[in-house]
Amino acid sequence: MPFIPHTEKDTREMLAAIGVDSIEDLFDEIPAELRIDHLQGVPEALSEMEVSRLMRERARMDGSPLCFIGAGAYEHHIPTAVWDIATRGEFYSAYTPYQAEASQGTLQTIYEYQTMITGLTGLDVSNASLYDGASGLAEAALMAVRANRRVKSGLILLAPGVNPVYEHVAEAIAGSQGLTFEWLPKDAKTGNVAFDELPEGKDPVAVVIQQPTFPGTLEDVDRLTDWAHEQGAFAIGIANPLSLALLKAPGNWGEQGVDIACGEGQPLGVPLSSGGPYFGYMTCKQKHVRQMPGRIVGRTTDLDGKPGFALTLQAREQHIRRSKATSNICTNQGLMVTAATIYMSLLGFEGLATVARKSHENTTRLVEGLCAIDGIERLYDAPYFHEVALKFDRPIAPLLASIAEKNILGGFDLSESAGSDALLVCATETKTDADIDACIAAFAEAMA
Amino acid sequence: MSELPGDLLYTNDHEWLRREDDGSVTIGITDHAATALGDLVYVELPEVGQDVEAGGEMAVVESVKAASDVYAPVAGSVAAVNEELSDDPEKINADPYGDGWIVRLEIEGLDESELMSPDAYQQLLDELDD
Repeated sequence: MPFIPHTEKDTREMLAAIGVDSIEDLFDEIPAELRIDHLQGVPEALSEMEVSRLMRERARMDGSPLCFIGAGAYEHHIPTAVWDIATRGEFYSAYTPYQAEASQGTLQTIYEYQTMITGLTGLDVSNASLYDGASGLAEAALMAVRANRRVKSGLILLAPGVNPVYEHVAEAIAGSQGLTFEWLPKDAKTGNVAFDELPEGKDPVAVVIQQPTFPGTLEDVDRLTDWAHEQGAFAIGIANPLSLALLKAPGNWGEQGVDIACGEGQPLGVPLSSGGPYFGYMTCKQKHVRQMPGRIVGRTTDLDGKPGFALTLQAREQHIRRSKATSNICTNQGLMVTAATIYMSLLGFEGLATVARKSHENTTRLVEGLCAIDGIERLYDAPYFHEVALKFDRPIAPLLASIAEKNILGGFDLSESAGSDALLVCATETKTDADIDACIAAFAEAMA
Repeated sequence: MSELPGDLLYTNDHEWLRREDDGSVTIGITDHAATALGDLVYVELPEVGQDVEAGGEMAVVESVKAASDVYAPVAGSVAAVNEELSDDPEKINADPYGDGWIVRLEIEGLDESELMSPDAYQQLLDELDD
C-alpha cells in the first residue's frame, strides 16, 4: 500500500482545482518514448506475507558463519541494552525530527554524541553525523575546498592507505564539483606513504590520511599531517573511532592536528546488517565550523534560564542558504547515532579501550598462527591495530571457498588492490581462542 | 528608520558605497538590510588582494535566521576588510554606515549612474514599505 494519505475525493478536488482530469495528465509533457512502465529486475509487488517468507529464506542462506572479514566494517559485541534502548518509541526515528526542539531528549542524545566524538577525535566540534564513512570523506573534501580558500586547485591528495571504496564514493559525489583525487606514492615494504617520493608544489587543497590504513597498518600520521600543512593543505584524518581508544586522536596528529576528521561510526554499536545502515562521523576545528555540513546541536538556556538543546548554526543549511548551503545533507543517521551514544555510554572510555586491546590481541594470535603455515607471510612490515594483510603463495579465491565449507569467512580478498595474492584478516573481541585456532587449522588444511 | 547619510551611494541590493579621498571605495550594507536580517552573528569576509566583479559575491552576512550575500557594486580589488567584524559582527547592526563597514575596494573607475543617490534609495525604501 503506498503511503499516500489522500482519499480519492481529496485527489479529485485537487485535480479539479488546477483544471486537470487525471494524475496521469500531469505527466503529459514527458514524451511516451522516455517512459518505462516497469523497472528491470524489480519484480511485481508482493504481499506482506510473501515478503516475510522471502526474507526468512534469504536470511537462512546467510547462516551464522565465523567471520574474520573487516575491511571497513567490523563485527563487535553489542550489549543487548543498546538496541533495547535505541528502539524505544521515544528514540525510534531514522532522522533528526522535524520541529527538532520539541524533541529535547533526541537533541540531548545528539549533543552527548557530539561531545563523545569530539573527545575521541580530539577536535572541537562535531556534527550530528552523516550517512556513512565514505560519503563523509566526500563531505570533508568539499568542506576543505570551502574553508581552505587560499587554494584554488581543487586537488585532494590521498594517502595510499585510504579505503579505495571511499575514493570511489568521494569521486562520484565531488568529482563533478571540480574536485580531483590523486593517490600519493606507496612504500611497497610498509604499504604506507613513501615519504621520499612525496610530490612538492602540487598546491593541494587537502591531504587525506587514514589511520589505521585500509590494509590495517599504522601510518606515520604526525609526519604526514605536518607535510600536508607545509604544502598549505588541510589535513583530513579518517580514523576507526574504536581505535582512538588506544591510538593518538587526529586532533593531536603532528604539530597542529588535522583540520577535519571523518570516518565510519559502525564499530560503535551498529550491527553489520548486510552493509547498512551505518553512520559517518565528522569533527573539525572550531574555526572551520561554518563550513561544516550537516546538523549541529547546541546547548542553550530558555527564557526561564533552564538548560535546553537546539539546532544551531543553521544558516549553513539548505532550508536557509538554499543553493549556497554547505551541503544538501540536512539530516543525520539519527537512529544509528542513538545506538552509538548508548554503546559508548555503556562501555565508557575504559570499555572501548578494552575492546580495542582485545581485538588487537586476537588479531595478533590469528596472524601468528597463519604465518606459521608455509606459503603465508605478512604483506607489509608495519605496526597494525586489529587487521593485517597477508601474502599468499597461491590464489585467494579457491582457499576462501574451501574454508567457507567449514562455515568460516576467512578474510577479505585483497588481491585486486594489492596487485598480488593477498588477504586482509581481522579478529575482533568477539572471537574466542578456539574460534581463531579453528580458522588457522582450516587454512592449514586448505594449504596442505 | 534612521535618516540616510547624504554622502553615500546605494544599490538595489541594499549596499552602500563611500568614495574615499584616495580613489578607493568603502562598502557596507544599509541600516534597512541590517534591520531586516536581524542581529548579525557572523560575517564571511573576502581575502585582501582578491579581485571581485561588479555584481559578484563579495561577503556573506549571517544572522540567527538568515544568511545573505553581499555583492560588489563595482569591480575592483579588495584593499582592506573590516577584521573587527570577525569578533564583533553586530557592529553592522549598531553602526551600519560607520564601524560596520565591510570591505574597501581599489577600483578602476566608478559609473555613478549604475548606483542610487540617497533620494533614489529612500524612494526604493518607501516603495518597499507600501
